[in-house]
Amino acid sequence: MSTATHSLPRTIGAHAVLLTYTAIALFPVILVILNSFKSRAGIFGAPLTPPTPKTFDLIGYTTVIGQGDFIHYFQNSLVVTVASLFFVLLFGAMAAFALSEYRFRGNTMMGLYLALGIMIPIRLGTVAILQLMVATGLVNTLTALILVYTAQGLPLAIFILSEFMKQVSDDLKNAGRIDGLSEYTIFFRLVLPLVRPSMATVAVFTMIPIWNDLWFPLILAPSEETKTVTLGAQLFLGQFVTNWNAILAALSLAILPVLILYVIFSRQLIRGITSGAVK
Amino acid sequence: MGSLKIENVKKAFGPVEVLKGIDLAVNNGEFVVFVGPSGCGKSTLLRVIAGLEDSTSGRVLIDGADVSVTPPAKRGIAMVFQTYALYPHLTVKNNMGLGLKQAGTPAAEIERRIKIASAMLSLEPYLERRPAELSGGQRQRVAIGRAVVREPKLFLFDEPLSNLDAALRVNTRLEIAQLHRRLKATMIYVTHDQVEAMTLADKIVVLNAGRIEQIGSPMELYNAPANEFVAGFIGSPKMNFIDGAKLGETAKTIGVRPEHLTVDTKSGAWKGTVVHAEHLGADTNLYLDCDKAGLVTVRIFGVYNAEPGATLYATPDAAKTYRFGADGRVLK
Ligand SMILES: Nc1ncnc2c1ncn2[C@@H]1O[C@H](COP(=O)(O)OP(=O)(O)O)[C@@H](O)[C@H]1O
Ligand SMILES: [Mg+2]
Repeated sequence: MSTATHSLPRTIGAHAVLLTYTAIALFPVILVILNSFKSRAGIFGAPLTPPTPKTFDLIGYTTVIGQGDFIHYFQNSLVVTVASLFFVLLFGAMAAFALSEYRFRGNTMMGLYLALGIMIPIRLGTVAILQLMVATGLVNTLTALILVYTAQGLPLAIFILSEFMKQVSDDLKNAGRIDGLSEYTIFFRLVLPLVRPSMATVAVFTMIPIWNDLWFPLILAPSEETKTVTLGAQLFLGQFVTNWNAILAALSLAILPVLILYVIFSRQLIRGITSGAVK
Repeated sequence: MGSLKIENVKKAFGPVEVLKGIDLAVNNGEFVVFVGPSGCGKSTLLRVIAGLEDSTSGRVLIDGADVSVTPPAKRGIAMVFQTYALYPHLTVKNNMGLGLKQAGTPAAEIERRIKIASAMLSLEPYLERRPAELSGGQRQRVAIGRAVVREPKLFLFDEPLSNLDAALRVNTRLEIAQLHRRLKATMIYVTHDQVEAMTLADKIVVLNAGRIEQIGSPMELYNAPANEFVAGFIGSPKMNFIDGAKLGETAKTIGVRPEHLTVDTKSGAWKGTVVHAEHLGADTNLYLDCDKAGLVTVRIFGVYNAEPGATLYATPDAAKTYRFGADGRVLK
């Protein structure tokens, strides 16, 4: 079966490259997960081997779960991530629609202004943000984090989505207008379903940095009530002793929710791509 | 009900003027075709009539009422698009009914109209399907059905056949012609294809670069084109244009249609060599390189055997020869 596009050596070569890359990318993750199931001695004695009956130990997980608050941290992370994601997608899509659909004075400038955030890291504004949150009494609330992450995610979302929205057929939107649909109905019922794959892409790109962020939880919401998982895991990172079992277990658990969200979105992504292939 | 009047409509996108002052009157029940090359502003004009685009200046009147500030849904129009533009998430039935539902029409009435329209367009077996499960021709029929159920004053078609293959195009063209005869509704139809224009229209509006070149019935445009542009655009193969000076004429350009030239092997007005011959069965197109006139196309009805390289004499029919001045207008 050797055709112009499929030759055996080339296929093997491509797979070798991809498999090597996958191995390199997954290695640290797998190492974390393997070691999270080992005793302290096992972790330091032979960090690269899988848990054996002798080194197998769930002490990390029992510590994490036993520390009752951890479930709560998880909850906080999930609330912050899901809420921010929701607002980024909603406002990002609406702004992108306005920029791509309507001709108004300053359209291009507005687009550039909104995209500027991609180049300027939001962390540069930390001090001002903190002052703002103090002034509005939002310090140590999840609202503070949600607001900041929404702002952080919007530029890229608007940038990507407006490119995709430009490709949605004008005829379809115009057909809706002639049938008397409101601009909101056109946006939610006609346009959004057609850009679902790009929404999924944006969701994945937005979600991971939010879930993993340590900076803003530490500064804006370090209270026991509002701690996120990444911040909570720091608990086990002592100045003198570090509870490696607990940290590895916490990190392994922290992978799960993002993994689940990712699977949900990537399904959408694939479904969107195949349904869009046929005109 | 169903007359349209356009008064001095202009449209500019930024500094680019796309419509440069359009005046037009369409009577009730007329089938009017806008024809012109791609990018001449046909769709823009149609969108201005539909209210999907605001004109920069000028007025649009439907049934005598100025609709310049009326939203598209309230203008009593229906539109069929080149890309079908069906709602992908709705069934054929709901695609057709959505406009009426939005307008608050009672369900029984919607049902009744969908029934009539789907019978008219042979769409009954597909009413519960989604657009993705239909062929291109069926999709376009659904789009036409969606327009029919609205019972509009004015049908607007924007190149509805250009995404269909050649055989389907002829069928659907016929269907649209029958639809017009049956509904007696006013229809405005945009196309860049002069054959579609000639076959469908009561009245053709030839547009070029944002201006109307000529308005007339198909035969008026064919027999009495106002200028060189219309003469060249209407008719296929295209009219031959010959430099008047080469023929010793006072007119800038002489125009003669390929079907108004006769050929002879012995004698004639222009001596030429056959460059290429196209045999179509019903007629034959000969390309002659003539000593006086340059390259001319001759259309002969029926079969005519001529080998490339052969010498032939072409003679134009004097009564059907057009003379154009320096400004492109026909000289009387
Ligand atoms: N929304 C728009 N913005 C800027 N230019 C446009 C827009 N729509 C159409 N045009 C321009 O107007 C001209 C006429 O377009 P159109 O009416 O679609 O032509 P046609 O339908 O005759 O092919 C084209 O040159 C096109 O580039
Ligand atoms: Mg067009």
